[in-house]
Amino acid sequence: MFPFNFEWIWDMSHMVFMGGLWYALTILGIGMTWCIVKAIIDMGKGDGGHHGHH
Amino acid sequence: MKNEHSHQTTKKFGMVINLDLCTGCGSCMVACMAENNVPFKPDETDKLKSITWMRVYRLTNGKPFPETDVCYLPRPCQHCEGHDGHSPCVSVCPATATDYDSLTGIVSQIYTRCFGCRYCMAACPYHARYFNWYDPVWPDGMEKYLNPNVSPRMRGVVEKCSFCYHRYQAAKDRAYVEGQRDIAEEDYQTACTQACPAGAITFGDLNNPDHAVYKLKQDPRAFRLLERLGTNTKVYYISSKDWVRKAGDNYLPDERPKK
Amino acid sequence: MIDAALIPIGVKRCSFGKFLLGLAAVGAVLLWGVYAMLLCWFKGLNQTNMNDYYGFALWIWADLAVIALGGGAFFSGFLKYLTGKDELKNIINYAVLIGFICYSSALLILAIDVGQPLRSWFIFWHANVHSMLTEVAFCLSCYFGVLTIEFIPLILENRQLNKISFFHHLAHNMHEIMAVFAATGAFLSFFHQGSLGGVSGVLFGRPFAYREGLFIWPWTFFLFTWSAAAYGPCFTLMITKITELISGKKLVKDNVIELLAKISGWMMATYIVAKIIDTIYWATVTAPSKGFLVSDFYTNNAFYGFWILIAEILLGGVVPALILITPAGRKNPTARNTAIVLAVIGVCINRWVMVLQTMAAPVMTFDKWALYYPSWQEVATTVLPVAYGAILIMICYRYLPIFPQEPELNPID
Repeated sequence: MFPFNFEWIWDMSHMVFMGGLWYALTILGIGMTWCIVKAIIDMGKGDGGHHGHH
Repeated sequence: MKNEHSHQTTKKFGMVINLDLCTGCGSCMVACMAENNVPFKPDETDKLKSITWMRVYRLTNGKPFPETDVCYLPRPCQHCEGHDGHSPCVSVCPATATDYDSLTGIVSQIYTRCFGCRYCMAACPYHARYFNWYDPVWPDGMEKYLNPNVSPRMRGVVEKCSFCYHRYQAAKDRAYVEGQRDIAEEDYQTACTQACPAGAITFGDLNNPDHAVYKLKQDPRAFRLLERLGTNTKVYYISSKDWVRKAGDNYLPDERPKK
Repeated sequence: MIDAALIPIGVKRCSFGKFLLGLAAVGAVLLWGVYAMLLCWFKGLNQTNMNDYYGFALWIWADLAVIALGGGAFFSGFLKYLTGKDELKNIINYAVLIGFICYSSALLILAIDVGQPLRSWFIFWHANVHSMLTEVAFCLSCYFGVLTIEFIPLILENRQLNKISFFHHLAHNMHEIMAVFAATGAFLSFFHQGSLGGVSGVLFGRPFAYREGLFIWPWTFFLFTWSAAAYGPCFTLMITKITELISGKKLVKDNVIELLAKISGWMMATYIVAKIIDTIYWATVTAPSKGFLVSDFYTNNAFYGFWILIAEILLGGVVPALILITPAGRKNPTARNTAIVLAVIGVCINRWVMVLQTMAAPVMTFDKWALYYPSWQEVATTVLPVAYGAILIMICYRYLPIFPQEPELNPID
């Protein structure tokens, strides 16, 4: 899972597989972080044109 | 571990089992169970749940009397090498709980790592792997008879023949203490090999010209089970009977075995 | 009604008492499943009818089937967000909910199926990157995360939750970048659906399951992804239809249903052609190279005959594909629903065959066919996710605006 696990070897299989995994997790993490941070900022700005439900 | 063997040739521990000598007595099965602390239930009638690291199969040529012929075939784990160390079971284990040791040729099973997904059991065509559907329950007093060199397994993990790996470790320790470079052939023998009253099983280093198995495997009557699958097993069988050699693998109706 | 404030605007729901009664009825089935689950966890897998020949049995089939059927979520998401099929926005919420239920069910069943559930984290911590099952576990878990992310905005759109400023903005922002999540989901799905096919396809010790392929991926890898994309939407459509029947309301317009049915039909048609080619190659080249005639796998046993191959490919593939690719077939509700049901059965048969028939077929010449039937504990724990899914659907249908077209199709006077 992590480079410090003893099974980890820096071979092509590990780099492709784990690379793909961490890439996907990073995108999800960044995406969700952006959503939450922007929501907090938007909350602070007041509704800015959006009212209640759509 | 990487450096101490660098100047030694790699070993390939394997077996040659002479089916002409095997009587089907089952001593190998009993010795294996005793040696390796193999658990059992009060009712062992369901053979599909019995743990038998070594299992003796009864083969028949399917002909009616008086041409009926029977052969007994002991089947331990075949310790497949596959293609370049990729045994069918080792490649599929998701938690690296089984490993092909290129220095000994033995496929290990790490009980404390296995989480019991049973994928390796699906992969093995020899049914050499067994799952602990139950926790081991030893009859009163039997704990004193257990082999202290072999860890017992709890329910939920897979186990299989290890070519008595604990005996290999003991032999290596002894060789080290005695100041020897290498272990002698007779210092590392599996329990089933020693138990066989007919001497049908021979165990040793298939790569070592001084070991008996090295010559035996070259016998023209020697064959391995399911060779066409590419499992590259370490257990050779010898039989002078054509039908037995043919039963070792699958052939199309118009095909004949090479031997 | 006690919970009127939680019900979406513009739709009608049954009385709270009736709702509770429905929950209780399904809840009783759920409890039966929970009891069986606890038996398996505390007493061990000897509660099942699995044995050393059937290490993989009903649960693994259920896992594979439920993930294939949940493929409607990733594929509808791909179609809506990445290829611009905007009408699918009217069914995508339900597809996501169904996908969420399917994947959480799969994870639950896996937690019950393994011998040492407390060690499940080993598959992540001590991962063997060469094993197909590792790829399954990783991608499945990540994709479940994606489904949760796709589900959250729907929950936050509940009338009362949406009044909370933070939740309102969060849901809005998540919708804005949903295409990113959908794309990640599609990427992860491609791999885990495929590696489920790879699970059987790499077994070179089992000629029934083994397939040659491309690089490290056996052909079953691609066939499983393709079939999940093809048949998954049919399951979405089937559950939508069942929901419409139970609620007595039309929830999605015909043009949306027909669009998804058409795409699914063409995916099925192309898949079944590929599947037939693969089957022929396996039967005439791969299996004989290992000494097997195809009849070896379909004769001399009490259950698996050629009927299952015909059922899977013809009844579960060719027939529904032909119905759904023709406009007349799609527009006729009876024909369409028949096709959808046959398709769902067809993919379930395919998953059964790749797991259980593989286990049953002998490989050593002196070995025998092994047959199996599940124990009640296995059945109960397989019904458990169905009950859980029904309960979640009941709750979400009542309180969340799942179907955007529902108010328009069912005006309240």
